[in-house]
Amino acid sequence: MKLTSIFKSAMLSAAIFSCALQAKPVYVATTAIVEHPALDAVRDGVKEVLNENGYHGEQFKFTYESAQGQPAIAAQIARKLVGDQPDVIVAIATPSAQAAASVTKTIPVVFSVVTDPLGAKIVPSLSQPGGNVTGLSDMVNVKQHLALVKEFVPGLKTLGVPYNPGETNAVSIVKALKAEAQLQGISVIESAAPKSSDVMIASKQLVGKVDAIYCPTDNTIISAFESVVKVGIDAQIPVFAGDTGSVARGAVAAVGYDYFDLGRQTGDIVVRILKGEKPGSIDVKMAQGTDLFVNPAMAAKMGVQVPPAALERATQIIK
Amino acid sequence: MSTFAFLGTLEIGFIYGLVAIGVYLTFRILDFPDLTVDGSFTLGAAVTATLIVAGFNPYLATLAGTIAAACAGLVTAWLNLRFNILHLLASILTMTALYTINLRVMGKPNVALIMEPTMLTPFEDLGIPAMYMKVIFVALCALIGALLVAWFLYTQYGLAMRAVGSNKRMAQANGIVVTEKVYVGLALSNGLVGLAGALFAQTNGFADSTMGIGTIVVGLAAVIIGESLFATRSMLIIVLSCIVGSILYRIAVSIALNADFLGFQASDLNLITAVLVALALVFPKLRSDWKAKRATGGEK
Repeated sequence: MKLTSIFKSAMLSAAIFSCALQAKPVYVATTAIVEHPALDAVRDGVKEVLNENGYHGEQFKFTYESAQGQPAIAAQIARKLVGDQPDVIVAIATPSAQAAASVTKTIPVVFSVVTDPLGAKIVPSLSQPGGNVTGLSDMVNVKQHLALVKEFVPGLKTLGVPYNPGETNAVSIVKALKAEAQLQGISVIESAAPKSSDVMIASKQLVGKVDAIYCPTDNTIISAFESVVKVGIDAQIPVFAGDTGSVARGAVAAVGYDYFDLGRQTGDIVVRILKGEKPGSIDVKMAQGTDLFVNPAMAAKMGVQVPPAALERATQIIK
Repeated sequence: MSTFAFLGTLEIGFIYGLVAIGVYLTFRILDFPDLTVDGSFTLGAAVTATLIVAGFNPYLATLAGTIAAACAGLVTAWLNLRFNILHLLASILTMTALYTINLRVMGKPNVALIMEPTMLTPFEDLGIPAMYMKVIFVALCALIGALLVAWFLYTQYGLAMRAVGSNKRMAQANGIVVTEKVYVGLALSNGLVGLAGALFAQTNGFADSTMGIGTIVVGLAAVIIGESLFATRSMLIIVLSCIVGSILYRIAVSIALNADFLGFQASDLNLITAVLVALALVFPKLRSDWKAKRATGGEK
């Protein structure tokens, strides 16, 4: 009798205790504009980081909605999520991020793989954005690309950049690259190639003036990338690329994004917010490329050596 | 469904109600299947957003967006009437061309409006929470649009337009200028769709080159849902039923979004929406069958 009553009260207090603990599960809602291998990888990366940080099981709710490529549905999803009151909304890709940022001023919104968060007006500034929105930009990380070139060519003074001035994307990359190069005391020599048939001439114009050539992710240049490589071999100037795909085509090396890893970098921001930081005080993070492709045979042909450290870090070595 | 989600459903439902009215004008009144709307929805948004960012008054920008979209309708009508291109094909041509034009208008695939003034800005100081304000505003826009269209269809001119749709030869024999009615009808229809695009861009903070995809499907679904619910000959009720249909369509999407507890995945959304809309269409028919059966005493 006594034993059962003790047992009962123990049960009761245990129940009360667990109730207090079980206050409300942490709820992270993710949404993307469309199902796409890269965007799905971002979502999975976010989830993995959250799980590693102890957010799992019954105390953790993780949902995912796709707008099926339709901005109207993205808008509806954003409104639904605001009604659901999650602890953090993770919005993947620009339209989803804009829809989420425009409907709530209170729920923290973490965007991911938005190339230009300033241009998309999702945040007013990249550092200390204020408000309830922050996240990860996958704009080409020119600083990291420049560092890679310097690792191969330590005495880098001038860098040649062939690009198409008609490509908005390339223009913005070159602009960012020049700003970063200036800080490091490197001068950038541009060479315009409006058509893929101009790429050969544009690269030849750099011969004798530059220590290395960097090709940004520019459709015109990339489509005639072999022309640049040929000039690089003939003139013994190493050629680097802005995308890892070009390494197999003859670039010495390139760093690129792994989308699962971008998801993990986004997840880190989510964890900081869940632990109590204000989104407005977290700087917008520039994605760090983690894929390093190197092509040692091509490096030798262009007269440079792949540094052992780079060889060790490389995620893929092209033979 | 939470209050916020419900208000959001209403808001988007009212905006697409204007699309539904536009689609009703072409598909039903003029008997002219017009796919231009996939492009003119985005055109309305693109022109409005670009002008707002350039510093124009949002109301002026919206007017410009609406007129631009109306012009897109004129192009389709012109291709069809002047060159005898099949109406469906003429509208597909315009829609395809508009994709490029929209990109050119915006200069990039996406124009952001989140921190720009919009048509709603003057009402933000009234003290009504934004979530209600947006719904009230778009509801008023949709209802005013519906009333004007209904009034138009009751006028002599509107009557003539309806005659063109139901029997072109008969209309011509009665001295109605058919081509003019088609031009005006398509301009009006696409103008309404462009206005919807402009409203969508301003309430959601962006215009995007992909935002028009599937507009025709949504508009048509709304028209048919509305028709199946209200069997009437009154133009006013028919036009209003387009808005009701649009809201019901959005409610179907909303239910589908909340269907995860039934074991559905995010990628099942379109299928669930389609099934719900199909049910909405089948239900009135089943009910009338059942009523007819009961009236005959269930014998057969």
